[in-house]
Amino acid sequence: MVLVLSEEQELLRDSARDFAGNAIEVDWLRKVREQGAAGFDRDVWRQMAELGWTAIPFAEEVGGLGLGYAEAGVVLEELGKALAVTPYLSSVVLGGGAVDLGGSAEQKAEILPGVCDGTTLLTLAYQETARHDPYAIETSAVKTDGQWVLNGRKQLVLDGGSADRIVVAARSSGAPGDRSGLTLFLVDAGAAGLDVKPGLLLDSRSAAHVALNDVTVGEDAVIGEVDGGAEILDRVFERAAVALSAEMLGGIQEAFDRTVEYLKEREQFGAKIGSFQGLKHRAARWFCEVELTRSIVMQALRAIDDGAENLAEIVSTCKARASDAFRLSGQEGIQMHGGMGVTDEADIGFFLKRARVSELLLGDSAFHRNQFAELKGY
Amino acid sequence: MSDLEAFRLETREWLEANCPPGVRNRPGEVVWGGRRCQFPNEDAKIWLERMVEKGWTVPTWPKPYGGAGLNDEEAKVLRQEMARIEANAPLFSFGIAMLAPALMEFASEEQQLEHLPPIARGDFRWCQGYSEPGAGSDLASLRCRAVRDGDHYVVNGSKIWTSDADVSDWIFCLVRTDPDVPKHEGISFLLIDMETPGVSVTPIELISGASPFCQTFFDDVRVPAANLIGEENKGWTIAKRLLQHERAMLGETATRRGGANRKGLVEVARDALRAPDGPLPDAAVREEIAQFDMDRMCYGATFQRSADAARAGRGPGPETSMFKLYLSELNQRGADLRQRIVGADGLGWAGEGFDADELQITREWLYGRAATILGGTSEIQMNIIAKRVLGLPD
Repeated sequence: MVLVLSEEQELLRDSARDFAGNAIEVDWLRKVREQGAAGFDRDVWRQMAELGWTAIPFAEEVGGLGLGYAEAGVVLEELGKALAVTPYLSSVVLGGGAVDLGGSAEQKAEILPGVCDGTTLLTLAYQETARHDPYAIETSAVKTDGQWVLNGRKQLVLDGGSADRIVVAARSSGAPGDRSGLTLFLVDAGAAGLDVKPGLLLDSRSAAHVALNDVTVGEDAVIGEVDGGAEILDRVFERAAVALSAEMLGGIQEAFDRTVEYLKEREQFGAKIGSFQGLKHRAARWFCEVELTRSIVMQALRAIDDGAENLAEIVSTCKARASDAFRLSGQEGIQMHGGMGVTDEADIGFFLKRARVSELLLGDSAFHRNQFAELKGY
Repeated sequence: MSDLEAFRLETREWLEANCPPGVRNRPGEVVWGGRRCQFPNEDAKIWLERMVEKGWTVPTWPKPYGGAGLNDEEAKVLRQEMARIEANAPLFSFGIAMLAPALMEFASEEQQLEHLPPIARGDFRWCQGYSEPGAGSDLASLRCRAVRDGDHYVVNGSKIWTSDADVSDWIFCLVRTDPDVPKHEGISFLLIDMETPGVSVTPIELISGASPFCQTFFDDVRVPAANLIGEENKGWTIAKRLLQHERAMLGETATRRGGANRKGLVEVARDALRAPDGPLPDAAVREEIAQFDMDRMCYGATFQRSADAARAGRGPGPETSMFKLYLSELNQRGADLRQRIVGADGLGWAGEGFDADELQITREWLYGRAATILGGTSEIQMNIIAKRVLGLPD
């Protein structure tokens, strides 16, 4: 594994940087919020699909580019810098990832081409508890007369309001907390008994509360093995935690860069505030966190592509580091911007907001420290 | 078969035949070289001789300097093959890590041919004469005076924190050659044989009880002018470059003199908590160990990223400036955590009630406090990052 961008990856980064710099403005977050309608910019999404980014991690047979997470991460980092609101994580990584990893050849052929060209939006409904707890699933799946009947409630279903199809993780046997007994089902957004309530999160992104009341699907809606859903979920969560970390890295870097620029401009006591050692040293420590995060994100992206033996350890290390570093970046960014930092007029606050949501998605650092210790056998 | 693969096979064969058992899997054993060189065993001496013969104590150096002229790829293969059989490095020294790169850049060819081969062979051990009692973090305010007198400089003054001066043969020194110009512009870089009359050394006892540092005194010491590196009064440029090499060295290695830690933190915690298996019962300790392990992994990835970028011709990037700062604090945190985990067993200073491991944990913890001070304090490292990397104003 080489922790350096290839020439192709550098080209991809430059193109993503150009695009994100021109097509996406942080100010868009204010507009979405004012409209009160949660969502994303369809135009931006269409252009991203035209550039091929939605197809990056999928095989060529299903319309993908046959590239890896190292490439997806390059794009996600640039999107993260712009705090771009897109359904990449929900549709490509979570929903698309579940179908890609667990789906039958027929399911993949039917669904993934649309995900690759951006016309089909998927998402994954997994979370039922306040904090990330992958197997704490109560939503029931009962088989009656060759049909599966789903009942339960989900929260934090990312972009649930705009998804065409939702992959639902439900319990077909066992008790909440059991790793076994989970099954994944593909449910159409318009299915009878499916109640999707989109909400606006504090970072101006959309996530839905989803209720399933006797939602009935056929056997062909099952993704992977009955009771074997955790095998797929574990891997989807690994990919998603790292993809999200790559996006977070962009936010971390951007909050840092903007703040360092501010330290060079803002004057108090007749001097640039960046000349004060109290701020210099904090900026230097923050710099270390940015660099460490960049390294582990690069390693984790490549570990997914290489199928590294200790992938799970790397993933937990990566998401824990990104979570802590992004929180620090949001907090220090605001603090060093002083009074302006806490106003809505300044953009820096949006980084703190995104930091908090992405920190808690897919496990915060406490969750991943615990995972890491478990994996290491202590 | 590619040349590199052929080199790997040759290397493997040679190492198998020539690397004696006494230098395999012996973490923490370091041969520093010098006239008073102490070898941990006879095998270490044989190993050094054989590696010197091959030029493999400094494999990438040109042959006239005592190296083997290997390219980066070959040197990597050699490192990998040595790691494969857990062979210790035959020689480590400040001469190799700090002085030699500066000599290669700034010394005359004559000086290079005089000083580099003995460094490669481990004939002389070098120490660093930088800090003074009145010049620590503010290094450039140093006052150790060198006055030209014919073919010699006459040196008067003292240096402090000279690591291992009591067992070193030569010292590379920053001296003040012009006191009447701004402080950075009157400094010169001088090599001094420690056997010259007027040089004396006093070890300094640290809080750990060990004395790895000394104060070195110069009393009318006559040094041949031929030992001046670079131009007179232009020593600060060399000094700064050498500090970069020192930071790189300190960022690359855990403190070498602490010896290898015999047990991992988890093992120590299992003993202390009487929890031979399963999750560690103390959630706070468990969490702290996990955080430490994860931080180490992130540091390792950063170090690799920097090395990979350099190999790809794109380095070194800004990340290198954080190595010394972060690693010294990380190691310090590890030693501190270890000492807290062992609890009462780590409180011993002497006496039969404590075993050697326990006493060493205490001493290492105390010695570890020096890591964030030597080689430029953490605060100085942060100043450097703020200025050179982030471009923050003075």
